[in-house]
Amino acid sequence: MEGLIQLGIFVLLLFLGFVFGRRAESKHYKSIFAREEKLRNIVVTTERTPEAEFERHEFNLVSGNVVISVDYFKVVAAGLRSLVGGRIRSYESLLDRARREAILRMQEQANAMGADVVINTKFETCRISGNAGKGIGSMEVLAYGTALIPPQNR
Amino acid sequence: MLISNIEVVPGKRVTQHLGLVQGSTVRAKHAGKDIMAGLKNIFGGELCAYTELLQESRTEAIERMTEQAQAIGANAVINVRFATSAIAAGASEILAYGTAVQLEDL
Repeated sequence: MEGLIQLGIFVLLLFLGFVFGRRAESKHYKSIFAREEKLRNIVVTTERTPEAEFERHEFNLVSGNVVISVDYFKVVAAGLRSLVGGRIRSYESLLDRARREAILRMQEQANAMGADVVINTKFETCRISGNAGKGIGSMEVLAYGTALIPPQNR
Repeated sequence: MLISNIEVVPGKRVTQHLGLVQGSTVRAKHAGKDIMAGLKNIFGGELCAYTELLQESRTEAIERMTEQAQAIGANAVINVRFATSAIAAGASEILAYGTAVQLEDL
């Protein structure tokens, strides 16, 4: 009987994770695509030194961060996948979303300053494990760079 | 105070190099938020409380770094880097460090 209840809880969590996780993911991707289209005018590069044409630009540090959580279905799917090895698609999409969201927030900040380019972009990823035990729990992704602001926008 | 993570600043020249400055902070969220985050681990999605927490602590770390730079007479901090580490369950340390310099227009 007890085993049955445990199984029931497991299946319920799996179901909840699948339904809500899916919905959250597709909604998030939709908003990412829309905002990426809107912020295309802010060029983000990893160049370390600015080109000569930016000589008269002001500069400022910009950053964007996001903490994103796994859902129960992803954890179980990843656990099964790690038995046989290979790509863990459920985590790939999670981190892809987080990184793109972090870039978008950085771009939004740069946009608000009137910048047109962000150079020397760096990423940092950190696992926040406080609530997860052994699993990956939540991931924090930070993107930061230097925004160059043209003098007429100051 | 100018803060940037590039090494060569456009249109400016480094006149004096004042060495490393840093600022760090350790923060934790209260238990209620941790429980909410645990629930979120079932449903998935963004943890807004943690995002805010880390954003705030990063601002704080930069502020402390800036104070240190001002104290030694710098007018800019270049080559800024961030580091994050989870030092205990539910607490994380955020460190910002960079080079304090004095800049002058070319």
